[in-house]
Amino acid sequence: MAGTPEYPVRPSVFTGMLEWFGEFGSFLWGVFRAALHPPFEGREFIRQLDEIGARSLPLVALAGSAIGVVLSLEARQSLVRFGAKALLPSAIVFAVVTEMSPIITGLVVSGRVGAGIGAELAAMKVTEQIDAIEVSAVDPYKLLAVTRIAACIVCLPLLTVAASFCGVIMGWVATTLVEPVSLTHFIDAGFKGARFQDILPPTFKTSVYGLIIGSVASFQGMRAKGGAAGVGGSATTSVVLSSLFVILADVILVKLIILLFP
Amino acid sequence: MQTASSDTVRKSATAEDGKPDNGEPAIDIQNVTKSFGPQKVLDGITFQVRRGETLAFLGRSGTGKSVLLRIIVGLQTPDTGAAIILGKNMAEASADEISAVRKQMGFLFQHAALYDSLTVVENVAFPLAHHRPDMSDAEKKELVEGLMEEVGLENYLNKMPSDISGGMQKRVGLARALALDPVILLLDEPTAGLDPISSGEIDELILKLQDQHKLASIVVTHDMISAKTIATRIAIMNQGKVLIEGSYDDLQHSDEKFVSQFLHRDL
Repeated sequence: MAGTPEYPVRPSVFTGMLEWFGEFGSFLWGVFRAALHPPFEGREFIRQLDEIGARSLPLVALAGSAIGVVLSLEARQSLVRFGAKALLPSAIVFAVVTEMSPIITGLVVSGRVGAGIGAELAAMKVTEQIDAIEVSAVDPYKLLAVTRIAACIVCLPLLTVAASFCGVIMGWVATTLVEPVSLTHFIDAGFKGARFQDILPPTFKTSVYGLIIGSVASFQGMRAKGGAAGVGGSATTSVVLSSLFVILADVILVKLIILLFP
Repeated sequence: MQTASSDTVRKSATAEDGKPDNGEPAIDIQNVTKSFGPQKVLDGITFQVRRGETLAFLGRSGTGKSVLLRIIVGLQTPDTGAAIILGKNMAEASADEISAVRKQMGFLFQHAALYDSLTVVENVAFPLAHHRPDMSDAEKKELVEGLMEEVGLENYLNKMPSDISGGMQKRVGLARALALDPVILLLDEPTAGLDPISSGEIDELILKLQDQHKLASIVVTHDMISAKTIATRIAIMNQGKVLIEGSYDDLQHSDEKFVSQFLHRDL
């Protein structure tokens, strides 16, 4: 049109985001299809269970223990102020099991495993190892992505149980150091009135965190470009994006659990 | 394209090993073009390679030689034209068909691309572990050890790729490429970054393997001596086109200035 200035089309942050989500959706579809077709990569899956589950256990246990201690110290002061000191075990147990352990486990695993998967797959991508897998007529989605995502989905709830266990035990230790109380009494009081929906849904919601961490990190790794800078960038974005999506998913899942299990 | 006559070209191999060889070319590249943005890296490439033949591609860096290999193996698709490998058009074949073709191909990457989380022997066994469920572990072990002996690395089976030299990594890559007894062997800069002695050893090894396996091979290289040693035909690429294709003698007698520059470093 005469007189209408022409503006060059520049990729904006918005179009970049749309592009990312489009590629991510396509990646997930590829992973989903690969996951349904045998043969399955059993050995690699077991190796990833060890890498993602067993090797994350010390860190997750430490984080869970820290939560238990901190909650005990913080909650005691508040509850004493309101004359509700007897509720301390319940406060610790409910806080640890329903929210703190799942989210802290999700974030710790995002950091450790997300960076690990992102960097490993990115290094494989830039050194043509993923191309070599494809040229060997092996599906890299099935070998690399499906196994890691599945291992994350399986391991996150188990790690959450471990974090919850450590959190409750260390909550008791911190409590009993200030005012001695038996473990049996602490557990009985803590889980008094606990229902199915207080424990199982919050624990198993971390499978969704596992799906997020595994798929985001695998995607970021397998689309890496360049050399060392590309590998570093993939590791960083894997951690940032998976942590962000875990937090966002937590908001949605908490609301969903409340709706489904009133 | 100037196509020189070549009396040094070896005749196509017969199918003594029972692998497909009906006289048709194993690799048939028809007028392939490929662009990245405004840059046209392949511009109407056409050639054929039969079993027992080795075609070496030489050319300046960035002239699309490696892209050509990636198109042949199906990692990239051409913009126009066709890459027909063992009778299948790679751009139109289904995933299963591509997979079946790839099982009959060996690919040596420029930097070997060994899986760094696996040992040397596990790298060579990788294709067997995925595609030969009919073989027992003992049979696989025997085959892998035989391949490692063939490439002269029988004493390095349990080393990690990072613990061996670049030349050794190339040898392991070659052993891995041969694990499924392929019909086609694609070599991307097999001697790049190696000292002359290691390069010579790799060339001898490739010649030996070609004779034993009667492969249809394509070698991408900058190394004229290597090309002269291992190739039955040499093609020189410039600006996305094949400038000349023929024996080393044919190239020496070429009037093309670029060919002369390439052969003799005349500026």
